[in-house]
This record gives sequence, structure tokens and C-alpha cells, in this order.
Amino acid sequence: MTGNAPGLPIARATGATRHQQIAFLVMAGFFILAPAVIYPVFLMKLMCFALFACAFNLLIGYVGLLSFGHAMFFGIAGYATAHSAKVWGFTPELAILFGTASAGVLGLLVGLLAIRRLGIYFAMITLALAQMVFFFCLQAPFTGGEDGIQAVPRGKLLGLIDLTSASTMYPFVLAIFLGGFLLIYRIVHSPFGQVLKAIRENESRAVSLGYDVERYKLLAFVLSATLAGLAGGTKSLVFQLASLTDVHWTMSGEVVLMSLVGGLGTIFGPVVGAAVIITMQNYLAQLGAWVTVVQGIVFVVCVLAFRRGIIGEIAHAIKKPL
Amino acid sequence: MDIFGIPTQALFGQLLIGLINGSFYALLSLGLAVIFGLLNIINFTHGAQYMLGAFVAYLLLNKLGIGYWWSLLLAPIIVGATGVVIERLMLSKLYKLDHLYGLLLTFGLALIIQGVFRNEYGSAGQPYAMPEQLSGGRNLGFMFLPNYRAWVIVASLVVCLGTWYVIEKTKLGSYLRAATENPQLVQAFGINVPRMITLTYGFGVGLAGLAGVMAAPIYQVSPQMGADLIIVVFAVVVIGGMGSIMGAIITGFGLGIIEGLTKVFYPEASNTVIFIIMAIVLLIRPAGLFGTQK
Amino acid sequence: MKRKLISTLVGAALAVGVGAANAQISDGVIKIGVMSDMSSLYADIGGPGSTLAAKMAVEDFGAAKKGMKVEVVSADHQNKADVGSSVARQWYDVDKVDAIFDVPNSAVALAINQLTREKGKAFIDSGAASSDLTGKACSPNTVHWTYDTWMLANGTGTAIVKTGGDSWFFLTSDYAFGHALERDTEAAVLKNGGKVLGKVRHPLNTQDFSSFLLQAQSSKAKVIGLANAGGDTINSVKQAAEFGIVKGGQSLAGMLVFLSDVHGLGLDKAQGLVFTETFYWDLNDQTRAFAKRFAAGNNGKYPTMVHAGVYAGVLHYLKAIEAIKTDDGTKVIEQMKKTPTDDPLFGKGTIRADGRKIHPAYLVEVKKPSESKGPYDYYKIRATIPADQAFRPLAEGGCSLVK
Repeated sequence: MTGNAPGLPIARATGATRHQQIAFLVMAGFFILAPAVIYPVFLMKLMCFALFACAFNLLIGYVGLLSFGHAMFFGIAGYATAHSAKVWGFTPELAILFGTASAGVLGLLVGLLAIRRLGIYFAMITLALAQMVFFFCLQAPFTGGEDGIQAVPRGKLLGLIDLTSASTMYPFVLAIFLGGFLLIYRIVHSPFGQVLKAIRENESRAVSLGYDVERYKLLAFVLSATLAGLAGGTKSLVFQLASLTDVHWTMSGEVVLMSLVGGLGTIFGPVVGAAVIITMQNYLAQLGAWVTVVQGIVFVVCVLAFRRGIIGEIAHAIKKPL
Repeated sequence: MDIFGIPTQALFGQLLIGLINGSFYALLSLGLAVIFGLLNIINFTHGAQYMLGAFVAYLLLNKLGIGYWWSLLLAPIIVGATGVVIERLMLSKLYKLDHLYGLLLTFGLALIIQGVFRNEYGSAGQPYAMPEQLSGGRNLGFMFLPNYRAWVIVASLVVCLGTWYVIEKTKLGSYLRAATENPQLVQAFGINVPRMITLTYGFGVGLAGLAGVMAAPIYQVSPQMGADLIIVVFAVVVIGGMGSIMGAIITGFGLGIIEGLTKVFYPEASNTVIFIIMAIVLLIRPAGLFGTQK
Repeated sequence: MKRKLISTLVGAALAVGVGAANAQISDGVIKIGVMSDMSSLYADIGGPGSTLAAKMAVEDFGAAKKGMKVEVVSADHQNKADVGSSVARQWYDVDKVDAIFDVPNSAVALAINQLTREKGKAFIDSGAASSDLTGKACSPNTVHWTYDTWMLANGTGTAIVKTGGDSWFFLTSDYAFGHALERDTEAAVLKNGGKVLGKVRHPLNTQDFSSFLLQAQSSKAKVIGLANAGGDTINSVKQAAEFGIVKGGQSLAGMLVFLSDVHGLGLDKAQGLVFTETFYWDLNDQTRAFAKRFAAGNNGKYPTMVHAGVYAGVLHYLKAIEAIKTDDGTKVIEQMKKTPTDDPLFGKGTIRADGRKIHPAYLVEVKKPSESKGPYDYYKIRATIPADQAFRPLAEGGCSLVK
């Protein structure tokens, strides 16, 4: 990733520009108003995946590490949340916290193994470790194997607000999504984020300046994993189901696709990418396996001709970061 | 006589079977190692190309009546040709960019190929008849070894060692290896490097196709046959050392045997044992067992 | 071609039928959702064929003439519980679907079962195996048609032990469905005086069974029970032939095999397999007539018992609605349990309080290639298991609906 080869798009981390503020308001406004016309469960799904993609993008766009196994964090958190809510009777906020924490711990373990390698090696390691997690989930009794954990109760938020209906669940998910999004934004635009950017642009120089590069990368990895876990835990409460799909490597591929389509290394790219891919899956669902083909074509087209992604192209055109 | 509670007879049987699996791992990881060694691209499409090899053999038989022995020759060439097309039209555009884009492109291509075949053929899998000359088997005393499986081991060894020989010991191979290290210099010597790269990719892909043809009579010819296999093969390549040819061959056979043993003693772990080994190897020797740090 | 005729008829029914009788039918339309695996390992077992079967049932019921508007929609659950429940949720909440049919794959079926109960709709499952659907997960909104793991285990297991196959070795798919099937079959074998000499679990979607088959061979068990399904069964059978297992004197018991699996294997590999089904196209004139019509609309592929289950289920569902003049899920299921069933495919039967549809089962053996006289002429019927013995006794299921 270092060196002269043109790398993946570099995010320019400066203060929040006016364009970014407007974009944020547009996005928040959309998600606040849309449930009136669009099926709320679909929107909640969209938000979970958007958060997942944003967490993934944190790693690739700002640290330059392509993780091909991010589904393991998403899925493990989903199982942890589902299990704690169903079997231990946790209230939803605790269940999600538990799920997020599990993903964080897993992120730490995986990060320790993987972070020393770069580029393709890193991607391969994350892929293989994700496969191990998948097979663990397949066999472990608590995950319910192929059945998954079903009939997960949404429970009462803080013991007071019943989340079973979409009208109460939706604001909760919206809050989590916007909160997670702003958190990622804050991370990127903090001194920590600046160091990450420095590492990405020229790792050896960062080392020579005295930064413990491995620690920074590990921390970024753990953060990315934790936020992916937040998305996964929330999703399993929305659908009241945690299943093997969430830890399968095709899920890892999908989140890469979402970020690619939206724009790697942009703040809003993953959200748009998630919207495009999830909507496409929904509408093409009747076409069965053609969805896979279309996704493959989108991948190929994006890589060959559309590397900046949707938001990336817009940002390039207006010459402002988005 | 029992070893760890398993009668020796059964144990040897399982080892032999592990060797058979290892043959496929070796063939596939060889192709991947060749491609990665020269192009620095992880060919995610490898699993789909393996599947293509099996389907080409199936189609050759069912539409043109061309049997197994001809397919062994034709299918790898056909699949290799598709590889050449992919390389010329798409991969070559990505060499100037970060290598991860190559990974993403081949991932997308794998999705397309698998999806198209899934639409056409469903997932149930098509039968492919075992060639007459190789059916039946012999009783080795400790197990009944089907002739075809013995053939797989032999053929795979021949192909693997042949490839290794060409790459490591011949002049053509030395050009390839030189082009890996310094393409501009090799080009300056008058060798058509881009063409060599294209043909190498085609060759690696052809190896995948060959593995597919060999798999057709014993496994189901199904669109999904390469999808989960490819991840295991990646692990094999990583353990062996990503650019090492001999590493891929030895690790392929070796891991097949280890997996076979795991199936006997602890079958539930047989899926994960290769990944566990990979994690351990990466901790101790990050470049793989036979690889050199790149 | 047949499909066009059917959809034209359905379209005509929609255009013409109004009728005062629809007063209590929600939105005036009875909307049937066929959810199946449209593109993966169960696509030939259920898949688009199930949608066809449903449409044929609507046509044969004569909805148009009775002034009932019936619409059939379909979706692919891709064998994923989350996709299935997502689609079902959207169907119930947004698209006003009244009942879901088919759903092969027990994991998805259990999820749909739960969701249907919450929403008060109807779920008639013809594709899934888990006997939990009429056991601990039983619901007043669900009917389980066609087959289940208990029936398979007892049908095949008992019959095989009684004909001399008294020592078994299990090759089991290592997840809930496989475990359940192995557990139920082992119980049936032991109950009939047989022995289980060993078992080995294999991961789902295994390509290579050689090492497991080797263990089965060395156990010298008379019967190798394949407690798996779909591609795993096909692979096991194929590779067993390669290793000369049947030639060596052991026989294979497929615990869950469908007509389409046999077709995929080919008779030379599948011959001699013994298993239980509840429908075969060549049983009588009515089933044969259905099969011909079905094959004409399904690319020449004959119906599996799952397809038959969808057809019969839709027929009985529509009859129930006709009787009580409402499509409220809970009430319709109740009515379906009250009325005995009668259709050209399963004959006469009943639906029990726990939602279990009762009909006879058939122990079949796959013919040798020389014995087959025409397309899909694959089975010899070895025995008929009467309806009252084929399924788990009502009291043993642990269903809360059974008093």
C-alpha cells in the first residue's frame, strides 16, 4: 500500500466542510422522513448495513487495509446480541452493547494476528480467520447452526419502552445509526485520524517520527470491528434473527461491494453504496441467482471504470471531500 | 494393531484418501501460486475456473460427445483461453494500481461466472460418467482403492512436478522468474513480457480447469463446487508461501493428508484444521513455510 | 404453454370475480405466497415447480367460477432464514399476502412459522423436514404437510430393520436437521431390535465423502444410513458406488431422498436405494394425470412429493376459505383441521390438532436401469405404511395445542 503505485483513494481529513454538513442533514432528513412512504423495516435494514459499511470503510479508506472477513464481527455481534436477549433476557440496549463488545474482543484477537501483514496478505488472513469464525458458528450449540437464533425478543428499551413495534424500534435504530456515523466521523477528524492518514501515506516516515504504527493500526482495526459489531447487533434485534448468513464470506464480499460502489475513503460513500446494493437485492430478489451476477458485474465495472464510486465521483467533481 | 484407537488398516486408508484430496489442493494452489508469483494478483476467480473446467468437460460430453480423455486436453485449453481473454481485457488495466483491485476484480468475475451457471443449471449438480478405463478398483487389503482416485494422485503429481520443473529448471521458467523480479529489465532484453504474463495467467487458469475436469467424475459438477473450495486453497497457498511453487505443491499434498487424519480422529474440526494451521504458521513464519518475504 | 393458459385463467378470474361472498376476504383478494428455494440445492425439489403446483391448484379449484379472486406470488428464500423472514415480513406487512406455502428448509420454515403466528396469518409447509413444526414449535397458524423427520426415520428405519437390515452405521450431516434425523432413525432402529454400530458426522455441503465412507465400510454394518439431504446425499451415493460399497454387500438407506435427486444421480448410481416418500407420480391414474400436466409446464420434470404437497395444500386451503368465507389465518387453519382432506394426489386424509397432515407413506426402492420403462420410471413400491402409523403419535410431540 505504500510506494509509488496509485493506491486506493486517499481521504482528505480536514474540518467539517459546508458540503459535508449539508450532506449529513440531507441524509438524516431522509431517514427521519422516509418511513412515512417506505417500509420501515427495509429502512432499518438499510441503516444497519450502512453502519456496517461505514465501519468497514474506516479501515480501508483511512488506514488502507482491505479486510475480507469483516462479516465475522458483524455476525458474531449478531449472535451475541440475539443470545443475550433471548436466553439471558437482556434489555435491548444491553444486548446490543454486549454484541458490540464481543465484536470488539474478537477484533482485538484478529487484529493481533493480522495487523503485521499488509495488503493482500492482510486480506487473505482476515478471510481465513473469518472462515474459522464461520465454522465455529456452524458447530457451536448456542448459535443454532443452520437454524440460527430465532424469535429473538426485541424487549423493552431501558426496561420501559417496548420495541416490538416498528414505530418505537425505528427511532432507536435511527439514533444508533446516526450516533455511529458521527462517531466514525469524529474518529476520522481527530488527531488520531490524522496519524492514521500519515501512516497510510507514508508508513516509514510515520515510524521515523516516533509513532507506534502497529498500535495505531490495531486500534483502528478494533474500532472498525466494534462498530461493525454495533451494526450486527442492532440488525439481529430488528429482524429478531441471527443466522449463518451474517458470518459467511459472501457477506464480507457484500460489504466490500457496498463501499466500493459508494466510494472508498469517503464519509458518505458507504451509506449510498449500502442503499444501492440493498435496494437492488430487494428488487431483484425475484430474479434469484441473477442478483449474484449483477453484483459481480457491478464489482467488475466499479473496479475497471468507476473506482471512485458514486460519492467519490461527486466529491471529485465538486472538488470537496464528502 | 491399533494406533490411537484406530486400526492401522483404517488409518492407512484415510491417509491415502487424504492424499487424493491433497492432489486437488496441490493442483489448485499451484495455479494460484503461479499466478500470484508472476502477476501479484490473488485470482479469486480460480474456484469459478475450476468449476468451468468441470462444466466444459460435462458440456463436451453431452453436447459434442467428446469423452473424458479428450476433455483432459481440451477443457484446460478452453478455460485457459477464457483466462487469456480476462487478462487482456481486464486484468492488464489494473497492473498500475494497487494489487487489491485485482483481487476485487477477480472476486466480481467469480460472482458473475458462478451466478450465470447457477441460473442455467441450478445447484443440484450434474452427473458426469467415470471413464470406462478407470472405473472399478483394486482391493489393497487395507482398503478398496478406486482406480480413478489412484489416477488422480498420479496425474496430479506428474502435472505439479512438470510445472515445477518448467518454472525452476528451464530457460522459459527463468524468464518468468526474472520478469517477476524486474519486468522492465527483462523487457529491455527483448522478451515480450506482457505476452508472457498473459500466457502465464492463462496457464494458471488452465491448471484450475484441469483440476475441474479431473474432479467431474467423482464430485458433482455443480456451479457451487469451487466457491467454498477456493477459500481453503487460499489458506493452502498462504501456508505454503504465496509465491513458492514447490511450497504450493508440498503444502497441498501435506494438508490433504492432515485433513484426512483429522476426519478420522475429530471429524467436526476437519473444516477448520487448515485455517488453524494457517493462523499458527502466520504467527511463526509470516511468509509461509516456503515463501520468501516480499 | 400450460403456464400461459393458467396465468390467463388466473388473470381472467381477477378481472371477472367480484361477488358479495368476498365481503370478509381481506382486500377482496386471497393472496397466496409460494416461498421456496428457487435457485439452490432445493430448487428441483420445490422451486418454480411449487409455484406451478399452486397455480394448478387454484385453477383446478375453480376460483373464477366461485367468484373468488385468488392471486399467487412467489419468492426465493435462498435457504436463508433471514432472507425468508424478511420477505415474509414484507409480504405480510406491505403486500397483503394471506398465506405462505411450500418453504423447504427447516430453518426458514421455523422462522416463517414464528412470524406467521405473530401476524395471525396462515402457513402451510410442504417442503421442510423438522418434526418440531408440529412438536415444540407447533402453532395454531401452521399446517405441516407432506413429510417430517419422524416419518422418515420410522418409515425407512422400521421397514429396513424388519427386512433384515439390523445393523446400522450413520453418515450424518452435522447440523440440527441431520442430528434430528439421526436421532429419530436410531430410536426407530433400536425399537425394532436393530443395532447401531457407529456414526460419523460430516460438515454440511461436503464434497468428498471418501473418508467417511471408508469408516462405514470398515464397520461392516449391513446398512449405511444417510442422515443428510440434497447435494450431500447425492455425493454420498455417487461416491459409495465408486468405492464398491453396494457391490460389497452393504446397502444404503437414504433418509431423505426426492425424485429429483434420483434423476440427478441416474439409475445406475441410485439403484437399490431404499427410502420413504408420501407421493409418487406413478401410484394411480389421478397422480399420473397430474404428473403429465405438471411436467408439461415444468420443462418435462416430474413432480416431487413437495410439489404434490403444495398442490394439495392450496386446494384444501381454498376449500376452507370457501366454507367459512374469510381468509383470516387462524380461522382458516382451524377450518382446515376440522374438515377431512380429499385430493387426487394424497387421497383422503386429515389434519390433526397439532397441524400435522396425516396420509399414508410409501417405502420405495429405486429400480435398476433395466427395470425402468420410461421417463422418471424410477421407483418400486416395496410397502405402504398406513396413515395412522406413518406419523408420530399425537401425544408424543410435546405440542402445547394438544390437550
